Amino acid sequence: MRRAAALLALAALPVAVLAVFFVLPVSGMVSRGFSDGIGPVLDVLGRPRTHRVLWFTVWSAGTATALSVVLGLPAAYALHRLSWPGSRVVRAALLVPFVLPTVVVGVAFRELLGEAGPLGFLGLDGTAAGIVAGLVFFNVAVVIRTVGAAWESLDPRAGEAAAALGAGPATVFRTVTLPALRPAIVSAATVVFLFCATGFGVVLTMGGLRYSSVETEIYLLTTNLLDLQAAAALSILQLVVVTLLLTAAARVRVPAVVRRSVPRPRRPRRQDVPVLVATAVLLALVAAPLVTLLVGSLRAQGHWSLANYRALGTPGTALLVPVTTALATSLRTAFDATWMALLLGGLVAVVVTRRSHGSTERRVRGVLDGFFMLPLGVSAVTLGFGFLITLGSFRENPLLVPIAQALVALPLVVRTLVPVLGGVDDRLRQAAASLGAGPLRQFLTVDLPVVWKPLLAAAGFAFTVSLGEFGATSFLARDESPTVPVVIFRLIGHPGAMNYGMALAASVVLAAATAVVMLLVERLRVPSIGAF
Amino acid sequence: MLSLSHVSVAYDGQETVHDVTLDLADGHVLAVLGPSGSGKSTLLRAIAGLEPARGTIAWDGRSLAGVPTHKRGFALMFQDGQLFEHLSVARNVEYPLRLRRDRAERLRRDRAERLRRDRAERLRRTPGRAARVAELLDLVGLAGYGDRMPATLSGGERQRVALARALAVEPRLLLLDEPLSALDAGLRERLAGDLRRILRDAGTTALLVTHDQEEAFTVADRLAVLRDGRLVQEGEAAKVWAAPADADTALFLGYARVLEGDAARRLLDGAATGRSGARVAVRRSALVLDDAGPLAAIVVSARATPELVRLVVDAEGVGIVDAVAPLDRHPGPGERIRLRLDASRLALLPHE
Repeated sequence: MRRAAALLALAALPVAVLAVFFVLPVSGMVSRGFSDGIGPVLDVLGRPRTHRVLWFTVWSAGTATALSVVLGLPAAYALHRLSWPGSRVVRAALLVPFVLPTVVVGVAFRELLGEAGPLGFLGLDGTAAGIVAGLVFFNVAVVIRTVGAAWESLDPRAGEAAAALGAGPATVFRTVTLPALRPAIVSAATVVFLFCATGFGVVLTMGGLRYSSVETEIYLLTTNLLDLQAAAALSILQLVVVTLLLTAAARVRVPAVVRRSVPRPRRPRRQDVPVLVATAVLLALVAAPLVTLLVGSLRAQGHWSLANYRALGTPGTALLVPVTTALATSLRTAFDATWMALLLGGLVAVVVTRRSHGSTERRVRGVLDGFFMLPLGVSAVTLGFGFLITLGSFRENPLLVPIAQALVALPLVVRTLVPVLGGVDDRLRQAAASLGAGPLRQFLTVDLPVVWKPLLAAAGFAFTVSLGEFGATSFLARDESPTVPVVIFRLIGHPGAMNYGMALAASVVLAAATAVVMLLVERLRVPSIGAF
Repeated sequence: MLSLSHVSVAYDGQETVHDVTLDLADGHVLAVLGPSGSGKSTLLRAIAGLEPARGTIAWDGRSLAGVPTHKRGFALMFQDGQLFEHLSVARNVEYPLRLRRDRAERLRRDRAERLRRDRAERLRRTPGRAARVAELLDLVGLAGYGDRMPATLSGGERQRVALARALAVEPRLLLLDEPLSALDAGLRERLAGDLRRILRDAGTTALLVTHDQEEAFTVADRLAVLRDGRLVQEGEAAKVWAAPADADTALFLGYARVLEGDAARRLLDGAATGRSGARVAVRRSALVLDDAGPLAAIVVSARATPELVRLVVDAEGVGIVDAVAPLDRHPGPGERIRLRLDASRLALLPHE
């Protein structure tokens, strides 16, 4: 009884926050969709444009997922199984795209593929192929991280036993390694599909009005066409699909247990050359848009110049406030979102990892675990939209944006902390208790030494996610205090070389800020970061 | 025949096996015995082709340098079996048989005609794959386990499956890396006996590395002692056991103490063995309580075990040594007793 009470007390705050700022907005949106009965919803779903949007979403997400897996597997091997000079730096570098603001990714790809860009001759700008490339760029890190973590903890001796029985390297991979990695691959692919299908910034900046995914369609319906009912209908559809996908993902997800002893990565041998070449190609593909972005930001009126950066201190023709002010807002917002996400995520992680006594308790923890993962699946646009229609009266409250961003970052924080806390042997706590340590003391002596690094890493992760968050923020940010991604989007929407140059410069600043935080996080060497 | 000559192996940048020269004739089972960290597993991995080695590793006089693991025709069995968890027991055992069939099919594409001719005969000669799997499972005492998944097996059963899988290829050489160490004591003893029988019956040439001398003596007929990466002694198991090369080897082989100088002389003289030496290794049961024995001693401590009473005594002119007494005699500390020496339980060591 006391255990149950303690569990509830710990879970109370996160549950309350999630109820008010997640369940309420999302259900508000659902009820709006059904306000005139089910007829209008079915009507929206029957529109040819809706079918087109749906098909494009599934097609682009599916293709991007397949490509991410194909490109990510060799890199996962080369970066997690082999050790070579610079492998750590490359590992960190390949994680950067994942935390880059989607708007920045969109701008970088337009710069790369646009008519004047280095790859402009391919004619990919604004095409579906370009969007898929952007999605792959963004998500390949998820595959590398998730599969790499599984690969790292794979016992190489199973493969060695097969080799000794006469299996060549290809046969070993097909019959031993791949089956062992399958859960991780399926899990990564599901998450990537989810991210691609709900990807907002990339599709919006690159697809314009020609290509629209469910996510951007919701945005366009809400902000441009004011067809709130259609938007709600699409949100519901997305919610259902995403929930189904998440449930499926949870079924295949292998509990990521942090192993204490992992086989040491080995030096590359001759047969590893193809894998290393594939990794180098991937690195080049990932670097190309970023380099182009940087180069573009340093050119103004055909010359090398810092004019674009100097212009960041002025509002220019398109903005109400200078970009520097927006940057200050972004940093302040990210700080608030980070502590909120850490507080909530920390509580959630503690609640779901404590050993359960009895099946009821275990079931309650399972439900809570799934409940707190929901923000991962519900698209940020849906969330922002729901905020708007249910909590609209709080719109002036400066904490609304950080709260929305904290909810977006929450699942990532939880996924980073849970494997670490779950990896702590409960008998250590029992040993501490038997030596006279109270619950707090137990936490300080047993959990904290293990968890402080992942906690710091999760903080950095939440910070970068918040810095780049665009979907929810685009609904909620007030015009006079926008964040940098919102400003960038506004800048590229306005004509004029100066505005575009400013957008490039602001993208570089934002990318640099997130990359620096991410590289610091990578130095902490927390294996569960970015893995699902 | 396996021959190693001047083999050195580096593991993680450090040389852990130094200059090992060793031969293993067909049909013999060799145990490489060494404490943990002696480099024995590294040596095994080098023979399997999993670690690069300097020197020459050869089979039937042909060097194996440059021959990858999967083409050496050896089989490797790990401490924890390394069963493929996603395959059933039967599929695990079948795994190498399947590989062999794949190879045969590739061959057939190349030389279809010739193979068609002797395929009929081969079909007559070799039973089907399923029958072979059943036969192998039967051999390791797991008949009827084919449909089980590895996760449902106990540690001992897993090792048996791993053994069946390794034997399925009829390897030229079977490499066993601490095959029984992960099991509990009773099971280990029983399985060691089974392993010996299976290897003898199949006529398999095998190389076993272990830190457990009992396991080595039960399974192997030849013994190689490895210490700090160097081969200290090699030969027939019984001979190595009876005549350790030096004091450390003796202690590692289970001798309780090594006596030197006067103590050694006094022990041998007093026991009237007719042998002499400056260094003697004695097992714990070398001295037996005997009222008519030649050696006087004072009991320091006594401890009863299910079979006998183990004593620590201060023997006259010898010093502190171990001794045993039958269960019906339980001398207390301080008691004066007399001891007899069982000469088969000591070994004379060469001078250093």
